[in-house]
Amino acid sequence: MKLRLDSVSHRYGAVEVLHGIELDIPAGRIVCIVGPSGCGKSTLLRLIGGLEQPTEGRVVQIGDPPPDSLNPLTYIFQDFALLPWRSVERNVGLVLEDHALPAGRAEAIIADVLGRTKLSDFRAALPKQLSGGMKQRVAIARALAVNPAVMLMDEPLSSLDSQTRELLMDDLVALWDRTPFTAVYVTHNLAEAVRLGHAIVVLSRRPATVREVVAIERPLTERGLGDPELEAHQRHLWTLMREEARAADAELINA
Amino acid sequence: MPDDGRMEGRTVPFRGGGFAPRPVRLVGALVFVLLIVIAEIGTRTGFISRLTLPVPSDVLAVFGDLYRTGLLWKHLVPSLTRLVVGALIGASAGISVGILIGLFSYIRAGLVPLVAALFPIPKIALLPLFVIWFGIDEGSKYALIALGTFTPTVVATYGAVDNVDRTLIRMGQSFGLSWLSIVRKIVLPGAMPGILSGLRISLAIAIILLVAAEMLGAEFGVGAYILEAGSLYDLDRLFAGVVILSLLGVGVSFLVGRVERRLLRWRV
Repeated sequence: MKLRLDSVSHRYGAVEVLHGIELDIPAGRIVCIVGPSGCGKSTLLRLIGGLEQPTEGRVVQIGDPPPDSLNPLTYIFQDFALLPWRSVERNVGLVLEDHALPAGRAEAIIADVLGRTKLSDFRAALPKQLSGGMKQRVAIARALAVNPAVMLMDEPLSSLDSQTRELLMDDLVALWDRTPFTAVYVTHNLAEAVRLGHAIVVLSRRPATVREVVAIERPLTERGLGDPELEAHQRHLWTLMREEARAADAELINA
Repeated sequence: MPDDGRMEGRTVPFRGGGFAPRPVRLVGALVFVLLIVIAEIGTRTGFISRLTLPVPSDVLAVFGDLYRTGLLWKHLVPSLTRLVVGALIGASAGISVGILIGLFSYIRAGLVPLVAALFPIPKIALLPLFVIWFGIDEGSKYALIALGTFTPTVVATYGAVDNVDRTLIRMGQSFGLSWLSIVRKIVLPGAMPGILSGLRISLAIAIILLVAAEMLGAEFGVGAYILEAGSLYDLDRLFAGVVILSLLGVGVSFLVGRVERRLLRWRV
């Protein structure tokens, strides 16, 4: 299943946030969206997953999601959004409870995704007992449990420290390498974008339009820390964004 | 800078700390004991007139009598029944209405002003009305206690629902959870801390109203007992009644604390 954004515009009251966004999200690839802060990256992601409705244009699904996908468009949030009163396995189980699964199927799915995210030993722990990186791995496990057609990741590593971020990036690459998934990955961190993105969409400041789409051909597993090709890409992205970021920074909020 | 290899200068003064009360055991009990001992000594020596305070040991003796004659249960059982029935009706109705106010705009717009109008009414003033509506017997007392617990519970509950983390609700929606699942599994547990702390206040109000209702018309009950002792100016019995009420309050607060510890173990 692929997604296409068909001249999507969005406004909050009189403020136009997104203007005429055209974008293709091909199956089995990770599309990163970068842009100056406040440009509407997260709004775009909420539009893609149907948490908000675009003022103009539409988001189109092309093809059908896999038949065993319980929730084709699945989010991973920056602040993890785990229920603090549920243990790790019951947080993952939450998203399976509304589906009438055959007996034992839910338990099998939970065991499988906790294994894939290396959380099997922590299934009974409460979120407050976990570090930030572990919490986000629980959120990733929860997303994997519904077998999504497209993962919508809203700055998933932004509230983590840089070491944890590196570790989780490796985990994401490993997960993708095992079973390639489709993802839209919103971030303000260009290093993350060049490590994880097959295509990087640069948005301008508000009202956001697509400024450029940078494709990186090198396989995810071969991208490492301090790779010169990636650094060149990162520098290119930063020159694209620099002036926009400076101008966006100087804008008054709600002015 | 002196060059003799030694460190010169003053230690930086400490100015952090404080603002973090920690639990200290036994101090609470000690304050109680101290006050009682002062009262005992004061009344025995005549330093405190027996018209102003009873002798604590006499109050204790009254307790003993109450227990031996079985009068304690005769007063306590109807009181507890009224409290439990009234508070149960009031709190469950309050939690339900509070959740509805928290979830639906029209219900909120319609009921919040009504609750605001009901809240400040001294419910005891309505007792004569309740007697007409619900009968002179238990009905009017249940209604009074229920209405008294209802309003604070509603206010606490809808405030608690408003404070449930919206990102958790968005998460539930993004995973396609049904409306009912979101309410049952996200909104309700998320509002539970606020509901329980509201319940502490509501239940204390329930005890106050219980006594008021029993003073206005009851043969048995702690309130009736206190009223009778008061009109005879029998300070020993009056204080015995008051102590029962205090213990009732402590007991209720202890129970809520237990429920909190059970339901809110997940909190930091």
